[in-house]
Parts: sequence; structure tokens; C-alpha cells
Amino acid sequence: MSTAPVPRPAAAAAAKDDSMAAQKQMLADHFHALARARETGARTVYTFVPGNLTELIRTFGTLPVLPEINALQSGMRKKSADYIAEAEKLGHSEDVCTYVKCDIGMLKRGNIGPTGEPLPPPDLLLLSYTGCFTFMKWFELLQQEYDCPVVMLHVPYQGDGKATPEMIRYVVDQLREKVIPALEKVSGKRLDAADLSSRLALSAKAEDDLVHVLQSARHRPSPIDAYFGGVYYIGPIFSAFRGTPEAVEYYRLLRDEVDARVAAGLGPVTPDGPMGPEEYRLVVEGPPNWTSFREFWKMFSDEGATCVASTYTKVGGVYDLGFRHDPEEPLESLARYCLGCYTNLNLPSRIDLIARYVKEYQADGFVINSVKSCNSFSAGQLVILRQVEERTGVPGGFIESDLVDPRYFSAANIKNRIESYLQMIEQRRAGRVAVGQAP
Amino acid sequence: MSAASLDALVARTDALLRDVRLDAVRDWKARHPGTKAVGYLPVFAPVELITAAGMLPVGIIGGGDQVEIIRGDAYFQSYICHLPRSVIELGVNGALDCCDGFLFPSTCDVIRNLSGIWKVLFPGKYVHYVDVPQDFSRGRGGAWYRSELELMRADLGRLAGREVTDADLWRAIRIHDENRRALRELYDLRAKEPWKAPTSEVYRLQRAGLLLPADEHAQLVRDYIAAARGSDRRELDQSRVVLTGAFCEQPPLDLIVTLERAGCYIVDDDLVLGPRMIREPIEDARGADRDPIEALVDAFLTRTVPTAFVYIGEAEKGAALCETVATRRAEGVLFASPSFCDPSLLDRPMLARALDRRGISHTSFKYAENTGQFQTIREQAGTFADSLKLWSDA
Repeated sequence: MSTAPVPRPAAAAAAKDDSMAAQKQMLADHFHALARARETGARTVYTFVPGNLTELIRTFGTLPVLPEINALQSGMRKKSADYIAEAEKLGHSEDVCTYVKCDIGMLKRGNIGPTGEPLPPPDLLLLSYTGCFTFMKWFELLQQEYDCPVVMLHVPYQGDGKATPEMIRYVVDQLREKVIPALEKVSGKRLDAADLSSRLALSAKAEDDLVHVLQSARHRPSPIDAYFGGVYYIGPIFSAFRGTPEAVEYYRLLRDEVDARVAAGLGPVTPDGPMGPEEYRLVVEGPPNWTSFREFWKMFSDEGATCVASTYTKVGGVYDLGFRHDPEEPLESLARYCLGCYTNLNLPSRIDLIARYVKEYQADGFVINSVKSCNSFSAGQLVILRQVEERTGVPGGFIESDLVDPRYFSAANIKNRIESYLQMIEQRRAGRVAVGQAP
Repeated sequence: MSAASLDALVARTDALLRDVRLDAVRDWKARHPGTKAVGYLPVFAPVELITAAGMLPVGIIGGGDQVEIIRGDAYFQSYICHLPRSVIELGVNGALDCCDGFLFPSTCDVIRNLSGIWKVLFPGKYVHYVDVPQDFSRGRGGAWYRSELELMRADLGRLAGREVTDADLWRAIRIHDENRRALRELYDLRAKEPWKAPTSEVYRLQRAGLLLPADEHAQLVRDYIAAARGSDRRELDQSRVVLTGAFCEQPPLDLIVTLERAGCYIVDDDLVLGPRMIREPIEDARGADRDPIEALVDAFLTRTVPTAFVYIGEAEKGAALCETVATRRAEGVLFASPSFCDPSLLDRPMLARALDRRGISHTSFKYAENTGQFQTIREQAGTFADSLKLWSDA
């Protein structure tokens, strides 16, 4: 089923590089600013991706640090195995989240960030408790390592599948009475409501363009890979840049590049060059494996399998269902944002979303990458598998790996599963043709 | 009370511990025609609301080592703890049919997601995820928790087919307060004379409480206390330890027996923590002059036991455990965590650090509810108990 890669069009590759270069520069500048934080007097706030409050953090002139991003970067740079071993030596169980252990290990080894520069210690731990139980434990562990205040933002879970007015009020009250005062204290500045609103307006603009990019995968061929490529596209908006002019510019560039690919009828670009013909369109549930990210992607791209939608690209916000940050209702919209992040949705809502993606993106199937580290994602995925199959009629595939622990990435086993799964799709197509159905 | 009576009491609790098909609940419903039962998973659920609606709260704790997992494993990956797979097994094989509704507490992401699985698998049942505040101010977390409790009050009232009045709630609060008092006395007796109330029996008593009405259980506990106090059981040369980390998935009884036989007197623990999550009676000196929902809110905000799934802000992690060690005159701590239990295992290094700072000895092991091999744990606990005896200052 492997297909030879088509020659890479020079113009498209150059256009792609513009947004990639822009993102690379943004990240480099950010980590450099963090490295110089003590020197410049900049204050730092550690927080999490789901339910992040980047506009609020930045409106006080403080700089966000996202330990999950540092952990995944450590995974991609092959440093996570040593960091995890370091944490396990200190008594952390082999059973628990490897993001946490990677972060603890990185801290114990000098807290060197992904660009090779040191990360500053936090001036505030903003515990955005959204959609993941482990977040609470993670910052309790960091609290033992740093002499800094912690502020907890408890975001209720959408157990009944909706964000109620009471939930929104609870989150807003915490923002107004706890989080903002904590940021004011750390930064020495009062909240500038107009500045916050203007940042939220920038967020909404970038969100529009991100959704446009993600929904471009409805085209055939899809101009993007919405999972492996998608994790790059969500980088700025899910990390330190939502609500910044840089993010608006990045997403404008990316949108233009993707539009150009659609107009040219081109498929996604992978790290090894443009993909060949689109053979399979897949929806993916679950986070990727980071330690063998390129190898993992190649297992799909070599087979002509394009991921046309993914749930992981919604952990920092489900924008394609219509939510936008609202400058007219800043705190309420931040609350609604937190409540609506993917892992804060109940299982039936997650099933609905995946089934919707399968139909909207005309997918041939869906694949669940179940990671050992993340119970928030993983517990219940076998039920999701059966339910989505039943609802959509397309087959589901199931892979097991981990976020940043290379011990749990069995390349041969995963490749074998992917190939078998795609062969099954092929056979079903052949079967449909045989009985006179549309392939 | 005679030794025979004590044996009979223990035998009754033993039968209830092994009653995974909930025959006791079916019997209760048969004896109370028209009534309903509502299951709740570990750890904390506001069971007073269920009792107030005239229904039976039923602690769903999984199948332990009594149930062969046939279908449950098909729902969960190997790296998810054992409890949900045995709960699913019991659900799909009909053992939980006698429960008319289910509450899934906010203990961890697995039980949280199990609430969604239940909605999918059992669409005819009432299923509610019980979120509790991690912000302990009255104005914020309290106000929101109040709205959650009012929602459950209305839902459970509809399920029971009756309005849940304030008087109903106060009656239920008093029943559960009495149960809390009885359990407190039981724990005090065991801490004082663990040879008279061994944990293998205390544990059975607590497990029995998951299937009995709270008032009936309180009486059972008091009968046991009287019988145990009057017994002529003699003290053995054992080490006094606190067992912690076992608040959700429960160990098999044989594991507790193993620890005792290895030389440990467990003088405090967090086994079957739910009914003891609120430390003190909810009805305070103000009596019933106030809103009962407000009383439930206030109790949660101010009187919960510090445990892994409750945020304690900037207070010292492990300080409460150290205090328990001190007040119970324990010589060491056993960390007993279910395999793949995030709350317990992520908490452990922080608690261990607090113990280390105070020079309190500890050891740790993992188990599953269906663990069947105890030799390694026995050797580990035995060595630990011996080391405490040899080198402890306590």
C-alpha cells in the first residue's frame, strides 16, 4: 500500500516555510525572554494548556510557562527517558503520568528548556484545574519545589454534557476574586480591562483562522494533516501566544498557505516532504506519542493515510463548534472557554464529536491512540471505539503508546496494527464494490 | 456480649463483604416495597440526599477478589486500575440492576469517565457525576456546590417520586451523623486496643456499611464495639502502623489479614473512606434552625478529611497524615496504593517527604482488589514491623 512520495513543489514548500519559520521565531523569542526573565524583571506564571488564561497572564505583563509543552518538547528531543528515570529514582511510581515525571526530572536536572536555555522558576503557579485530575497533583508537587504562591482555578466537569450558568458563575467568581488578585500581586499591576478585551479580540481573530485551517481538511485531498501537522498548527494558540498580534499574524500566514494548497489541489506536507496521493482519510482520537513522533507520522503518511480531524487539537479549546473568546464579556468568555476544552467534555459528548468529524470530514475510519499516561483521555476509549463504529459504520483502529516514555512505544507492533487496520479498510471498500455499493 | 455473639457479628459483616451481587439491597427493597436504591462509587458522595429521598444509598466498590472478569477487561486498557473493570463486569452481568440510579464522585479521571460510560451503557438509569468544589470559600465554591446539591436533591426527588423536604434532609443528616459517630468510636477503640478490634474485622464492618441503611449500620457498629470491648482478646507484640492510600479501590480482606499476621496493628487507615469523609457531625450546635443544604455545604467546605483528591491549598501536604501518626501513637506508615491509581500514587512522594522530615518510618506496596498472592507483601510488612520494633522511638 506504500506509495512513492510525489516531488515537492518548490513554491508550496516555500510558502509552508513562512508560517513554520514564524512559529519557530516566536518560540525562540519566548524562551529567550523566559531565560532572561530574572535579568529583565519579568514575572513568570506556570500553567496548563487546557483552560489556559494566556490573555489574562499577558495583560499583566507576566510570561506563561507550560510544563506540558516542555515535557512534550523533551520527548521530541529524546531527553524524556532520562528525566523520567530521574523522577522514578526519587520515588515517583512507574504507573503515573509521564509528563509529570518528565517535568520533575527536568527540574532536577537544572530546568533547561527546549531551546537549551534555562527556564526561570515560577513567580506564580496558576493551577487551571481543567479536564485532568493529575494537574492538581502536578502543581502540588511543584509547590514543594518552589517558594511561590499557588492559585487554584477549579473548572467543573461537564458531567451532564453542558456548561451551566452556575458553573460559569463559579469560574468567573474565581477569576475575579482569586486569579486576578494573584496576578495583580505578582505583577504589581492592576487589571487593565480594556487591554484584556483587546487581547481577546485578537484571540477571536486567530481562532477564526485556526478553524479555517482545520476545516480545510474537508477538501479532497486534504491540504493538511489535522493530527500530526495539526499539533504544529495549534502550537501558538494553545501555548503562550493566544491574544497576541504575533499569533494573529501566524494564523493569517498559515491560512494563506493552506488556501494556496487547496487551490493547487495539494495534500499535506510531512517532515519528509509532500505526501503522495490521499489513500485514506482518518479521524484520530488521543494525544500523539512524542518520543517517536516523526516515525509515528511516517507510519501513516507512507500508507497515504491523512488525518483529516483530531480531538487532540481541541484540548486547548474546541473552536470549530463555534466558541470564540469575546471581548465584550471577557471573564465570562474565559470561563466558557475553560469549561469547553475537550477533556472537560463528558464521554457521550466526545463520542458525538468524533462521530461528527467522521461524517463531516468524510473519513474512511478513525484511529484511537491510547496513551498510558493520560487517564483523562484514555479511560473509556474502548467504549468510544465501539460507539463511534456503531454510529458511523466506519471501522475504528486502536493503538497503545505513551506521551513521553519511550518504553511504551513499540514501533513494530504499532506499525503492524496500522497496516492491518488500513488493510481492513481496503477490504471493506472492495467488499462494498463487490455488492454494488459506492466505494 | 459473648464471644459467640462477636463471632456472629463478624460472620454477618463477612457475608456482606462478599455480597457482590447485592442480595442485601434486593432484600431491603423487597422489605420496603416501592422504594429505590442509588449506588455511589468511591469515594465521597452526599449520601444524605439519597437517604432523605427515602432511598437506600449503596456503596459500589467493585467485585474485589470475588468476581471473575470476563467482559470488564474489554472496556479498559491494561494500564487502568482494576476497580472500573469489575464495576463494569457487575453492571453488564446484572448484579447492579437493583440500583435505580448511580452517583459517580469526582475522585479521579477514571471514575469521572466511568460516569460517561454508564450513561452510554445504561441509558435507562439515573446517572450523575458528583463534582465537588476545590475552592473552599463559601461565596465561590460553596455557592456552586449548593447549586449542585440542589440539582441532585431535585433529581433524586424525581427518581424517588416525592419531594425531598428540609425535614427529610435533617432526618437523613441525623442518621448519617449517628453513623459517623459510631465509626469514630470504632476507630478510637481500635487505636486504643487494636487487639480487641483488629482491622480485619473493622474493615468488614465498614464494608458492610456500604450495603446497609446508615442507622442499621450504626447499630451494628455499636453492637460490635460493645462485644469487642467485652472480649478477652489479648495484646500481641505488634507494631502500630497507619495504612494510607487505599481510599478508593479496596484491597482484598486477605491482604489486611496478611498485614496483621505480619506483625502490624493498623491503628488508623483510609479504607472505605467515603462515610468518614466528613470528620464531624454535620448538625452542629445551631441544630435544625438553618437550611440543611447549607449545612451539607458547610460540612464539605470545613470538615472534610484531607485526602488526595481534595485540594488543600498552600497547607503542607502530609501534615494531616503526620498528625494522625502522632495522635494514634503509630510507629510507622504503610503506603498501600492500588496499581495505576493516580491520586494515591501521585500523592505518595509528597506524603513520604512529610514523614521523612519528621523521621517517621514508612514503606510502600501496590495491590489490586483481586490480588491473590501475598507472600511478598507479607515479607515486606513483616520486615517493616520488625524494624519498627527494633529501632522505633515510639
